[in-house]
Amino acid sequence: MLSNYIPILLLTAIAFTLAIILMTLSRVLGPYRPNKIKLQPYESGMDPVGAARERYSISYYLVAMEFIVFDLEVIFLYPWAVRFLDLSFTAFVSMIIFITILFLGLIYTLKKGTLDFSKQQTSN
Amino acid sequence: MTLSYIVLGVSTFMLLNSAALAVYAERRVAAFIQNRYGPNRVGPLGLLQPIADVLKLILKEDVTPQEGFKFIHTIAPVIPVTTALMTVAVIPFGDGLVVTEINASILYLLAIASLGVYGVTLAGWSSNSKYSLLGGLRASAQMISYELPLGMAVASCVLFAGSLNITDVAASQEVWWNVIRNPIGAVIFIIAAFAESNRTPFDLVEAEQELVGGFHTEYSSMKFGMFFLAEYMHVVINSMLITTFFFGSYHLPFAGLWLPELTTTQKMILDVSVFVGKTGFFMFLFIWVRWTIGRFKFDQVMNLGWAKLLPLSIANFLIIAIVLYVLNMMNV
Repeated sequence: MLSNYIPILLLTAIAFTLAIILMTLSRVLGPYRPNKIKLQPYESGMDPVGAARERYSISYYLVAMEFIVFDLEVIFLYPWAVRFLDLSFTAFVSMIIFITILFLGLIYTLKKGTLDFSKQQTSN
Repeated sequence: MTLSYIVLGVSTFMLLNSAALAVYAERRVAAFIQNRYGPNRVGPLGLLQPIADVLKLILKEDVTPQEGFKFIHTIAPVIPVTTALMTVAVIPFGDGLVVTEINASILYLLAIASLGVYGVTLAGWSSNSKYSLLGGLRASAQMISYELPLGMAVASCVLFAGSLNITDVAASQEVWWNVIRNPIGAVIFIIAAFAESNRTPFDLVEAEQELVGGFHTEYSSMKFGMFFLAEYMHVVINSMLITTFFFGSYHLPFAGLWLPELTTTQKMILDVSVFVGKTGFFMFLFIWVRWTIGRFKFDQVMNLGWAKLLPLSIANFLIIAIVLYVLNMMNV
């Protein structure tokens, strides 16, 4: 059974080697004449202002947190979706209730405006 | 076992070639839509243009920005290419023509698809440029948001197939394609696939007017080429997935009802050509949409993903589950 994963490892190895060969080729064949101005980060031809890794909108963190909750929900659904016809009526109903509760949670966060990027900018 | 290695070699070769061909096709179709010629100088009809592009990229200077994280900056372009190539391992090209048969291949597919986010995010973060950082953030937020409707749409296919193996999902569509049994799921999956591969109308990751080049602003030479290659590989892969999950995989429409018994070789040739034909159509769709529809704003993209597609996909899943359960009860 585990031997079925060997082709996947092989594909990963092929992809890695291919990428590394191509990138090394460009390093070897291309010119390399760095200078201070060339290595500056691009800011439309002006001198860079401030640090690049500034603080950014909290909405991105909120999206990531919401994602974890609903991604786990989807993962819970898969094993049930495979065998739901053979399961008892109780198992069927309890899964429906589980999905409904998370669905209500989604509606709550949407009504709160957690994921509304345009709304947050005006209210701040 | 030997067959699986032959399929591995052929599919890797074909994927790389079709990515190159997609680059060429994109430029030709764009030219056709805009009523001009497009690349037609290198080779017959300009077919050797991708090779010329790669040569040019290899001969360019490779600039790594100051104060950037050099190691992450170098490793980031490898990630999307690797994940794209790993996906091809579980896609069936015909009856039994699959690189490797693993019993939870849908979970494997979703896991690998999630890994693709890292390449874009790390590229944006390690470049030490504001445009790159914003592009990377947008990309990661967009890609994780659209993974949810994508996962729900795939789950609604699992309901019909009763298995987490993609070959079973493909086989379950011998008579009824999933697009007929589950049209809403198909639409959601196609939209999410466009968003996952960062294609128009969801290509605000690299919106030129606001972000210059997005996450690859600071990339040059073949490192940029890797992102470019990965984008087109993802177009090919996503076309394959749309075909596999919703458009009958390697089956002709209602093939189970009218297709006569064929010999193994005939069946193999028919399967592969049907699959390649459908994949080609969806690759054309990707290009067609890019040169027809404008770009969304970021809040519109997030709103579409969270407020429209996700509730719709959950409702679609629930309704299909209830209908299938009731139909099953009535039969017993």
